[in-house]
Amino acid sequence: MGIEEKLPSGILLTSVEKLAGYARKVSVWPATFGLACCAMELISTGGPRHDLARFGMERASNTPRQADLMIVAGRVSQKMGPVLRQIYDQMADPKWVISMGVCASSGGMFNNYAIVQGVDHIVPVDIYLPGCPPRPEMLLDAIVKLHDKIQNMKLGANRVAEIEELEQARLRRLPLAQGSGYLGIGAPGPTLLGAGPARPDATHAELGQSEPGEQS
Amino acid sequence: MTAETEGRVYNVGGEDWDEVVAAANEAGSEERLIVNMGPQHPSTHGVLRLILTLDGETVTELRPVIGYLHTGIEKNMEFRTWTQGVTFCTRMDYLSPLFNEAAYCLAVERLLGIEKEIPARATVLRVLMMELNRISSHMMAIGTFGLELGATTVLLYGLREREKVLDLFELITGLRMNHAYIRPGGVSQDLPHGALDRIREFLRVMPPLIGELRALLDANPIYLARTKNVAYLDLAGCMALGVTGPVLRATGLPWDLRKSQPYCGYETYEFDVPTQTTCDAYGRYLIRMDEMEESLKIISQCVDRLAAKRPKDDPVMIDDPKIGWPAQLAVGPDGLGNSPDHIAHIMGQSMEALIHHFKLVTEGFRVPPGQVYVPVESPRGELGCHAVSDGGTRPYRVHFRDPSFTNLQSLAAMAEGGMIADVIAAVATIDPVMGGVDR
Amino acid sequence: MTSENVPDTGGQPDPAAEAGADRLAQQVERTGMFGTGTTGDTSGYGGLQVRRPDPLSTARPYGSYFDEIADRLAEGLERDGAAFPEAVSRVVVERGELTLHVPREHLVAVARLLRDDPALKFEMCLGVSGVHYLWDAGRELHAVYPLLSITHNRRVRLEVTAPDADPRIPSLVTVYPTCDWHERETWDFFGLIFEGHPALTRIEMPDDWKGHPQRKDYPLGGIPVEYRGATVPPPEDRRAYS
Repeated sequence: MGIEEKLPSGILLTSVEKLAGYARKVSVWPATFGLACCAMELISTGGPRHDLARFGMERASNTPRQADLMIVAGRVSQKMGPVLRQIYDQMADPKWVISMGVCASSGGMFNNYAIVQGVDHIVPVDIYLPGCPPRPEMLLDAIVKLHDKIQNMKLGANRVAEIEELEQARLRRLPLAQGSGYLGIGAPGPTLLGAGPARPDATHAELGQSEPGEQS
Repeated sequence: MTAETEGRVYNVGGEDWDEVVAAANEAGSEERLIVNMGPQHPSTHGVLRLILTLDGETVTELRPVIGYLHTGIEKNMEFRTWTQGVTFCTRMDYLSPLFNEAAYCLAVERLLGIEKEIPARATVLRVLMMELNRISSHMMAIGTFGLELGATTVLLYGLREREKVLDLFELITGLRMNHAYIRPGGVSQDLPHGALDRIREFLRVMPPLIGELRALLDANPIYLARTKNVAYLDLAGCMALGVTGPVLRATGLPWDLRKSQPYCGYETYEFDVPTQTTCDAYGRYLIRMDEMEESLKIISQCVDRLAAKRPKDDPVMIDDPKIGWPAQLAVGPDGLGNSPDHIAHIMGQSMEALIHHFKLVTEGFRVPPGQVYVPVESPRGELGCHAVSDGGTRPYRVHFRDPSFTNLQSLAAMAEGGMIADVIAAVATIDPVMGGVDR
Repeated sequence: MTSENVPDTGGQPDPAAEAGADRLAQQVERTGMFGTGTTGDTSGYGGLQVRRPDPLSTARPYGSYFDEIADRLAEGLERDGAAFPEAVSRVVVERGELTLHVPREHLVAVARLLRDDPALKFEMCLGVSGVHYLWDAGRELHAVYPLLSITHNRRVRLEVTAPDADPRIPSLVTVYPTCDWHERETWDFFGLIFEGHPALTRIEMPDDWKGHPQRKDYPLGGIPVEYRGATVPPPEDRRAYS
């Protein structure tokens, strides 16, 4: 474009947001909250085969004061909940949370008195990673998606506006059981579950037309 | 608490940590500190909380607090069928999932009375998988032991070796961890093609790799200084505290359930039970290294037995259609699932097979009433499963006697009087897995 | 039942009728074929009553090394002035395992004998396992202690019962210190109070938790789950085929 062609070589133009995002994403320090089986896969991700050091993340900061990312790896019991919240509060902004594994995301297979059914009851989660336990490659995929999110995070007044917009979108979204339109899942119906893989780009209306008996 | 005590008596009711610490700090000497090594700390042994009373660098009192990973697995198993229980119990001691499964399945089979009818091939596969798991568990134990002493290289070596075992697990069972491979009646599926060659390759590359680790640590002066005479627990202490596993064998007693009360045909394999007499952390480390080498021997014997040509009727699941899981699985375009042959059989050829499949998957099999206690020798000690049946399709009560739970009690005996750094070493030599401790 | 239909046994007591009366006298363990009462089950199996057979008691000889254990235990008890039938109310041998049912008053004495007698030498206690039989009035809470003798390579099991109304059992910490945490866990999950334990506090649940989770009258505590437009009830509310 205009000005970049006229600059001498060796100069890059960027925006403050992109620079800050880049700096943040290449040196995320995880506060590994390794709890259970997922912690073993987390440690394996730091191992030589699936190397976390290539993302600058091998320096796991054991003190939350210096950590950026809390990877909740494993099932969170009722006794551990307050500890989780305290560690999250001790982290300094900007901070992100990956809930690794199904136990952290939703309580997993342990739907009982002892396990918190999803750490999003306690801390706000940025990336949910399913799996029991998720492979190291899956964790790396989640981390890469998080890096994407970090890179594109806005600053200052733009950030305030971004937060407002995300919140409004979340508040408007209906729960799955009433048809959120997410992943093309409409209102429940007997043919829906046998309809094969949902089309991700199908809107609620399209799917509604193809079902014979739509319930409200 | 006894009636006569020296010093002040504090009544602790929960949620009053601040008051207790303040009171203790003001009453005692100024050098005494109460330090909380909270549930979140760098030790990778999980969510264990240690409350230490320090006099300078020396630990005068140590109290472990557990329960931060309590999952209610035992209660959850009461609401699932006997076969589904395998998927729960496997997640208890998550570094040795196959041992949890084996203890549970042996208990169920003893309740059913089918111990003698488990196919030989299934038994050999169970031994193979358990010994592979022993290697991976010890590798993780030694790796994290090194990490906690400050040697990151040891962790990376351990993880590299462990990945080789996890590759084998993935090849054979489909998963790297928490396999649900051993099921009541046998195992879920036979070895895939090429598995034996992969295992032989593994057996070829492992001894030099274990040798590398030994070369790094066995005579390393820093390592010896950190582990010799650290975390001492003698035979009387072990007996009183119910400690089993490498900690017990480090006192000189060669007690290993695989030799003394064999299960799964262990009496037919040739292997030794490594023992040391130093009762300290270094002895336990040597035992774990030796046990890995013994496991390699057992695995090679298993491979020889499995390498015999597999005739059509060499099953891996018990023949009884009312108990044996109808798990003819095959890898299809969308992953592992029921094999098309099995589907054709139950849908087209045999109504009984369809009924059995349906009943087994929905209702499960019924187990005669009674109770049993079946122990296995897990990498951490004696893992016992106490199963109570009321005649139904679900366990009435399953309780696991986890070795880490009992071994962790001995932490105070090992670490009090030593320095803080030795506390970390003591925890690491017990090698507790908090999933098993808290269940 | 009308009397015309009863076979003529010629004045002898009818064994079938007696067995039937015995059976009806046993405690009802559970009712209904399908586990929960909320399934709207119209099959008619809801009226089924499953009765518990009488507690097993094996007669002598017990087989393998169990007789020796029983004999030496009896000798040791007599030396100490107790009688074997009092101290061990029932002996059960099933599936190759020996269980000694001990009334709670005699628990510590029996355990001490098992540990110290040179021919018994059960040095290691492998913990306490609690079981809650809700339907067994007067004997609801059981505590099971598996013991191991390394010297003689033997195993035995002690089982003690306590009613729900008075859930106290003497603690074995003085005999087997390893029972410390195990008894705390059993208190935590079942509400069994071990008298003489130095510090009987909760170990797995948070300190201020109410209730004892592994009792049968404590709910599993699951919540319904939404998945892809459907709601799946928690495990304790689903249909059960017990």
